[in-house]
Amino acid sequence: MSLSNRSIVVSKKELSWSERLYLPAILGGMAITIKHLFKRKPTIKYPEQVREIAPVYRGQHVLKRDEAGAERCTACGLCAVACPAEAITMESAERAKGEEHLFREEKYARIYEINMLRCIFCGLCEDACPKEAIFLTDRIVPSSFTRGAEVFGKDKLVETVDNPIDVSVRQRPEVLEFKQDKKHYHNQTHLDKKAVRRSAH
Amino acid sequence: MPIDILLFKLLLCGIIFVVSLAVAAYATWGERKFAAVLQDRVGPSRAGPFGLLQPVADGVKMFMKEEMLPTKSNKFLFILGPCLFMLTACMVSTVIPWGGDLTIDGAVYSLQITDINIGILYMFGVVSLGIYGIMIGGWASNNKYSLLGALRASSQMISYEIAMGLSIIALVMMTGTLSLREIVLQQDAGVSYVVYQPLGFLIFLICAFAETNRAPFDLAECETELVGGYHTEYSSMKLGLFLFAEYINMFISSAIMVTLYFGGYNFPFQHEIAEALGLSANGLTIVQTLLFFGKVVGFILFFMWVRWTLPRFRYDQLMSLGWKVLLPLAIANIFITGIVMWALGLIANN
Repeated sequence: MSLSNRSIVVSKKELSWSERLYLPAILGGMAITIKHLFKRKPTIKYPEQVREIAPVYRGQHVLKRDEAGAERCTACGLCAVACPAEAITMESAERAKGEEHLFREEKYARIYEINMLRCIFCGLCEDACPKEAIFLTDRIVPSSFTRGAEVFGKDKLVETVDNPIDVSVRQRPEVLEFKQDKKHYHNQTHLDKKAVRRSAH
Repeated sequence: MPIDILLFKLLLCGIIFVVSLAVAAYATWGERKFAAVLQDRVGPSRAGPFGLLQPVADGVKMFMKEEMLPTKSNKFLFILGPCLFMLTACMVSTVIPWGGDLTIDGAVYSLQITDINIGILYMFGVVSLGIYGIMIGGWASNNKYSLLGALRASSQMISYEIAMGLSIIALVMMTGTLSLREIVLQQDAGVSYVVYQPLGFLIFLICAFAETNRAPFDLAECETELVGGYHTEYSSMKLGLFLFAEYINMFISSAIMVTLYFGGYNFPFQHEIAEALGLSANGLTIVQTLLFFGKVVGFILFFMWVRWTLPRFRYDQLMSLGWKVLLPLAIANIFITGIVMWALGLIANN
């Protein structure tokens, strides 16, 4: 029984005289190829032309600074825990005196690395971040000649003070609401956690 | 021979040589571009506008590549192979009439390097020599793939040359001359020989594909079976010469087909059009030459179109097509032509 109704019974009958001439078949084939001459080419000539992307496109990450220009990341490690590809690694350090303009809180990420070859651009790090520090942007990760160059450190991830990266496109109201949803563990205060525990019992 | 004629012929030789090379170079670009659009791709587009500098880039690449000589090869023959192939590819262009006559200061200059009265025979002789380049190159490489490729190429060329020659005989019966110039002049009336000899043209066309080792007859260098065929061991510009000579061959065989079957440099109603536009004789000659090249380019595009449509023949299919189909057809064509000519009283009874 045919499931798709597309199966064809193969017959090995002898070719007829006109088929053995091959010329009709050849002309048919040439008609097919010449039709492709007038088809639209799907090629996008990349550096000059850029593929249209969705408004919620998830590309290269950025580590945001706050309004005063201090880094928001506190190296809590939630993004690294959330990351299904284990692409994120970090090392924390304590903020010294006089560094208040550089780092928002007492603890900061001394090293913050994302392996772009491992990253699957799922955006879970962004969801996990309680400090609104990491975001995925609409930028395409540039290619490189070595594997090492694909491990992006803070030099490539943290936005500069004079050139803030706009992440508002993906931060629509419903996204922001989702990010503050109390059902996520990292959004819960200790009172919320107690409430959750109590309801579980 | 007056000195000005000699100088003109030398100049013409130079021009035709350069034009052949340029056409061959841009045929490589055209081939890649044409293949690309037939496959819904864009093709070379980085070197210059529309990738027009791609042949230059390819040439530079070929020259920069490392030159390799196989240790156990016959050095002299190894180098002779591509040279011979290139030489024979260029030699045919001497008898092709590229245009009519130019009259400068009362002296008549013909746009044909030499009008020998055995033009077709010369052409066949030189074309058959082309196989020596492949054969010598493939044999001198001391490589099984090369040898097999060369063997295939030579057996294919010999088989198809017979059908090709016989298809021409029917044409020669009608023209009564072997001079290519005469044949073109006979087509001045606007009726090309393809009208009288459609079957002969078809046979000639198929054989031309086989002679130039183009798909679907590219068994001599089929990558899937023989690595690179006769040029497996070649590198650098010697490989370049082989590949380049193939494109020159394609150009020349297109020119021959245009000359023999498509009226050469003539075009329909040329004298009426020239009169209406007030073209001088020289002006008409130049227009004719340009149109001739237009027709040749059309044929080259046809070659490419076929290449990117048809799959390669199997070796036994190739041989049975050549010996069992084309050869009897060519002989039948001769008989039909003879009978029709006899019936129309075109053959003198003496």
